[in-house]
Amino acid sequence: MQERRPLSDVQINKALLRNVLAAPLWFWGLVLLLALVVAAGAGAAGWMFNRGTGVLGVNRPAMWGFLIVNFVFWIGISHAGVMLSAILRLAYAEWRRPMVRAAEVLTVFSLMTAMLMPFIHSGRPWRLAYWAFPYDFARGIFPNIRSALIWDPSAVFTYLISSSLFILVTLLPDIAVIRDRTTGIRHKIYSAMALGWRGTPRQWRLQGIAGILLSAIILPIFVSVHSIVSWDFGMAVSVEGWHATIFAPYFVIGAVLSGVSAVVTLMALMRWLFKWEDHIREEHFDAMGRLLVVIATAWFYFFAMEFMFGLFTLEPQEVALRQLQVFEWPWSALFIIFILTAYFIPVPLWLFRSVRRNVAAMFWISIMVNIGMWLERFIIIVPGLLRKQPFTFVWGSYRPSPIEIIIVAATFCLVALGILLFSKVFPLVPLAEAKEGQILADQIKVGKKTIPAVMREE
Amino acid sequence: MVQERPKHKWTMVVDIDRCSGCQACVVACQAENNITINEQRDFLQRRAKEWIRIERYWEAIDPSKPAEFPNVKARFIPIMCQQCDNAPCEPVCPVYATYHNNEGLNVQVYNRCVGTRYCANNCPYQVRFFNFWEPVWPESLRNQLNPDVTVRSRGIMEKCTFCVQRLSRARRTIEGRRGKRITDESMTEENLMPACVMACPTGALVFGDREDPKSRVNELLKEHDPRQAKSVAARGYRVLEDLTTEPNVVYLKKVDPHLKKVKAHA
Repeated sequence: MQERRPLSDVQINKALLRNVLAAPLWFWGLVLLLALVVAAGAGAAGWMFNRGTGVLGVNRPAMWGFLIVNFVFWIGISHAGVMLSAILRLAYAEWRRPMVRAAEVLTVFSLMTAMLMPFIHSGRPWRLAYWAFPYDFARGIFPNIRSALIWDPSAVFTYLISSSLFILVTLLPDIAVIRDRTTGIRHKIYSAMALGWRGTPRQWRLQGIAGILLSAIILPIFVSVHSIVSWDFGMAVSVEGWHATIFAPYFVIGAVLSGVSAVVTLMALMRWLFKWEDHIREEHFDAMGRLLVVIATAWFYFFAMEFMFGLFTLEPQEVALRQLQVFEWPWSALFIIFILTAYFIPVPLWLFRSVRRNVAAMFWISIMVNIGMWLERFIIIVPGLLRKQPFTFVWGSYRPSPIEIIIVAATFCLVALGILLFSKVFPLVPLAEAKEGQILADQIKVGKKTIPAVMREE
Repeated sequence: MVQERPKHKWTMVVDIDRCSGCQACVVACQAENNITINEQRDFLQRRAKEWIRIERYWEAIDPSKPAEFPNVKARFIPIMCQQCDNAPCEPVCPVYATYHNNEGLNVQVYNRCVGTRYCANNCPYQVRFFNFWEPVWPESLRNQLNPDVTVRSRGIMEKCTFCVQRLSRARRTIEGRRGKRITDESMTEENLMPACVMACPTGALVFGDREDPKSRVNELLKEHDPRQAKSVAARGYRVLEDLTTEPNVVYLKKVDPHLKKVKAHA
């Protein structure tokens, strides 16, 4: 990390706590705007509860539509958190430091948003407590644990709890810093939340151990969550094109691709909105770009394999489905957009150092990747249903209704709103990590060699 | 002392050779099971509910020429819930709203259903229907509703039940009150065969108990089921059998005299 401008602790505190201690006016304007869209989405969902699921575009062959696509998409985004904070933490990737908290927060809010989707899209959401929470012991009805829809909430809520814990543990030192800089009621609240953090060596050691342990525990969840989401589809024997055995790793790596891209989007926004050029630097975009090249290529391999496995048997049913996905309007257009935006435009661009170091370019490319990844889920889920049966009699089509579009748009605003409000209460870039990185980056000259001034003891 | 219930295994045999595609079964089912009237809107939205439907396919009589009139022939196949023994819809339901009962029926418990629609996605026969809207009937049809059948509210899944209300009535009256075994004759006499079977004018639909050795279903299966009959004239098959769903509906294929030449060739 040679490109950093040496900053004092005071400067770091001041820059990173700016939004927490005194939020600018545009912040509240943005919150209001996002809240309005979220309210519109809530209204659309309320209308749906009132009128029935008929207001959605789903129909007989395509019983699942936009909302389930959106569910898979947001679960995918949530994989950013673990990828950055757990894997890169365990791998001692130094450059992860400024992004870890933002990625974790993105994880938590996207998980919450994702779980809303299957809840509201069901026919009788008010009865869903039956399956997400097995409370109905009186009548001896326990959820059907053979169903992938039971594995889903279990995995996702485990992930949500562990991610929240992870955030809390890494937040403790930062909360203590805020506690010392606030007065009145806020001081009291932050004092309670800091759990008596005083920054003693023992506390630091325990906090470090807790972080490492949680990262290690989250890793298997990371693999399981999106595998289980893929099994929501993989377990359906009768939907051709949903039961490739490669689905689980294919979905996981796709999730990492869209998640890490979303973190790049978030990094650019943080750099622009909060003026954190000193903390989120071009070298970070560079490193993320390199990581993304690897992830995207791995994802593309799985995508190509899944497609090839499908065609390998030359089953007429499978061929009919692939034909629908690739050659028939409007899927053909969506397929071309998807394959270009998810792989063939971004990856060649990421190969150039100048592109990777251009924040605006990285911002737009990362948004493009997520458009592609959203379409990927759409192209997997809906055409599979449309050509479910070999008999043409019940082949159908699907078109999203305005209600679905409003709800999908609102989910994006909901996640953004969540992160924005979080940034008002806690710093989005961990202060402690920034300072630790600063210390570790200090170098001294010994003779002709430059060596790190501080050795890490592990 | 608790008396053990006689065992049943309800099965249907559909003789496609007899089916004329008249849709009487569809109407009978609609009336018996309190299914809402399918309006144009429902068909346009692809949300029509037909627990039994007649699928119609146009086929060339001489396959070597294009399928245009007069070289064309309509084929019909009535499709209803196949009451699979190994039903794909059952394991995916998170709340056990659909399960297998001990009479071989795939049962839908409306009160438990939360409407995830997973079962409908996983049904290869596409015979599960979702109530997208609250059901409504014209005022004049108020008194037509069958009191034996639940009116399904919106947000839940429904499907063919083999007219389970009639089967339980048979159990109550024939078995319970009279203490006799349910037979084809007693069910027909008491009007307790499924509505579609009773409405079929050509007798293409045959319903019965496989546990009853004298039932007509057993006779037909003995003659036609490829698992029991070795004869070349056996016409029985199950739809999408390769998915190993083990359906309890057996179809007897159409006899096509004009195809004999083609077959001899093959």
